[in-house]
Amino acid sequence: MATTKHTLVALVEDKPGVLNRMASLFRRRGFNIESIAVGHSELPHLSRMTIVVDGAGTMVEQVRKQLDKIVDVIKVSDITGDNIITRELALIKVKATSATRSEIIEIVDVFRANIVDVAADSVTIEVTGDGEKLNSLLRLLRGFGIKEISRTGQIAMARGGPGSPSVKGGFPRKQGRGEEG
Amino acid sequence: MKMTGAQILCESLVKEGVEVIFGYPGGAVLPLYDTIPHYPQLRHILVRHEQGAAHAADGYARATGKVGVCLATSGPGATNLVTGIANAYLDSSPMVAITGQVARPFIGKDAFQEIDITGITLPITKNNYLALDVASLAGIVKEAFYLARSGRPGPVLIDIPRDVFVDQAEFHYPARVDLPGYKPTFEGHPAQIKKAAKLIDEAERPLIIAGRGVVISEGYAELKQLAEKAQIPVITTLLGIGCFPESHVLSFGMLGMHGMAYANMAVNDADLIIAIGMRFDDRATAKVSAFAPHAKIIHIDIDPAEIGKNVRVDVPIVGDVKVVLKALNKLVTSAEHVDWVKCLDSWRQEHPSTEIRDSQGLLPQFVIRQIYEVTKGEAIIVTGVGQNQMWAAQHYWYNKPNSLISAGGLGTMGFELPAAMGVKVGRPDDIVWCVAGDGGFQMTIQELATIVQEKVAVKIAILNNGYLGMVRQWQELFYGKRYVATPLTCPDFVKIGEAYYLPALRVTRKEEVVPAIEQAMEHNGPFIIDFMVEPEENVYPMVPPGAAIAEILEAPKKEVTAWPRRSTP
Ligand SMILES: Cc1ncc(C[n+]2csc(CCOP(=O)(O)OP(=O)(O)O)c2C)c(N)n1
Ligand SMILES: [Mg+2]
Repeated sequence: MATTKHTLVALVEDKPGVLNRMASLFRRRGFNIESIAVGHSELPHLSRMTIVVDGAGTMVEQVRKQLDKIVDVIKVSDITGDNIITRELALIKVKATSATRSEIIEIVDVFRANIVDVAADSVTIEVTGDGEKLNSLLRLLRGFGIKEISRTGQIAMARGGPGSPSVKGGFPRKQGRGEEG
Repeated sequence: MKMTGAQILCESLVKEGVEVIFGYPGGAVLPLYDTIPHYPQLRHILVRHEQGAAHAADGYARATGKVGVCLATSGPGATNLVTGIANAYLDSSPMVAITGQVARPFIGKDAFQEIDITGITLPITKNNYLALDVASLAGIVKEAFYLARSGRPGPVLIDIPRDVFVDQAEFHYPARVDLPGYKPTFEGHPAQIKKAAKLIDEAERPLIIAGRGVVISEGYAELKQLAEKAQIPVITTLLGIGCFPESHVLSFGMLGMHGMAYANMAVNDADLIIAIGMRFDDRATAKVSAFAPHAKIIHIDIDPAEIGKNVRVDVPIVGDVKVVLKALNKLVTSAEHVDWVKCLDSWRQEHPSTEIRDSQGLLPQFVIRQIYEVTKGEAIIVTGVGQNQMWAAQHYWYNKPNSLISAGGLGTMGFELPAAMGVKVGRPDDIVWCVAGDGGFQMTIQELATIVQEKVAVKIAILNNGYLGMVRQWQELFYGKRYVATPLTCPDFVKIGEAYYLPALRVTRKEEVVPAIEQAMEHNGPFIIDFMVEPEENVYPMVPPGAAIAEILEAPKKEVTAWPRRSTP
């Protein structure tokens, strides 16, 4: 199943409308998007975005090229493959009574997750990992009664050398003859 | 020295070489309108509807290759531009649309005539801007023009709040743009070009399909050189018409739904397609899975996203058509494809798709052919959408580059008159004929007032069939002749002409056609001819919707009740 998923990483300018343009493009071309996560990059005024696309119903290369066409998108790479690190963070609020709390804590420990808030009738868990790990934890917690979930969506990076748009060798530039005077 | 936003905008437009603005005023752009007269280099043409401004700017842009400029006020003015912007987007026409916006403190408050035009035009512009700071305005204009005309051209919109027109800043026009995310590729990849040359050298039945990209890059000479050097037949898309002289022995017309039978048969039989600056639109390919079943495909286009979008491609080359062809021509060996060209010639003999049958009645095809004869093929033809468009494409012969201007991608009825106006403004020394449908003409008929006020000498031929003809044709062929919502009661177009102070004639008989066209040509100004053509004439050949490109319906010889489907060898 996981094989149809593609992970795209985009470097985009922090300008109004960029997200809007990207979202509009996904909708209009019927691209099937699983998750999008955005945040600042190592470069001023640029954000890095991770987009997970379901390649089953979508021509991933078309997604990549169409995104690349957006003026404020600097570069988009498909980094799908083994040699990437993917992470997602989730906050999970679970029902907890004095009877179940210790059992929940045990599970949280196994998953190397954290309890970040405790209330009379619930605990809130913070967990980081790849999507699979998050899903397994959620499966185990479901029996206790989940009150609320918030997930960040996946972020990703190629391991080691090049792979995702990097700044090695200067500012990333699309291929071309250069701009006019 | 400090300038107002309005002055900065005008200065910037002058720097960009703008000579004409098609526009319509309103509250949000009043400070700008008050400034325009101080820039006599900027001719302002007052349209009668903002859609007309956008189409006129589009027509101007297509005719000149320069960026067309249209201007509207906020709210309804801006939304009226939308159809014209979309039309320019789909046909890659360079345009800058400028809209007024409510003053900054009112943005987001649903103020009077506030509309989110940057949001609305997001998917139909190459880029758009809301200029929130007068100091950024010059840079935005610079970027907008650069984006509009470079790479794959297209419309760019600049939304300017009313108070930004009034605010002041120092005017510095930037010398260059800094757009790290935008670097169109001009040079094709040498290895790909080499591969393409090899495929061309090996092909036995190569075929060039040339599109609007050839016109945009002005790669006419390079295209001709390639075709002649390797003796490759050339067919074009609708928007590619005129990029290769139709009188050339290697020219085999237009492909597609209403393309020439022999052009479509060539696609079906070719072993190599060299697609140049075209995007495999479904009206050109017909059923895409059955397109060019025996051919390898070389696709040259400046937009990487077009490659592999609709059809599988064997050798993609991303780059400017002219630049790529120049490089390709050096590698391609001279060749002859005598048998193949002969074969196409024989198909042309057997299936003369541009033949006009004898008829007592006034045939629209005949009208178009007579316009060709009288203008000696020297005119620029601007069409509406529908049957008139297809007849204009089929029965006028285009030997001059960029001499057919038509709304291809969006198929916008109402394009014809305002676009023809823009064309004539851009190329005042050319003869411009607007071929209109009686339906489409009524969509932007009010621009007659503009061409009269501005003395734009467009000649207008209305192919008046009393129907939304193309839709009627589909109803005839595919909906059991049930003509629902297609018969038109038209106004008296001669009286319409009179009412707008321009001469007009009605033509009902064949013999009157040529004298009427001649009279229109002799008249020094705009002129209308209302041709009362056969009401139920159909456009042939036709590839029915959903059919493969070789499943061609040809004009019935006499009375045919069942349409024979023929396929090609
Ligand atoms: C704005 C717009 N509305 C509807 C259509 C659908 N349409 C395509 S062709 C056509 C008929 C055009 O009629 P007319 O202008 O009289 O031209 P004819 O086909 O009769 O030559 C229509 C309604 C369109 N292309 N554009
Ligand atoms: Mg009609």
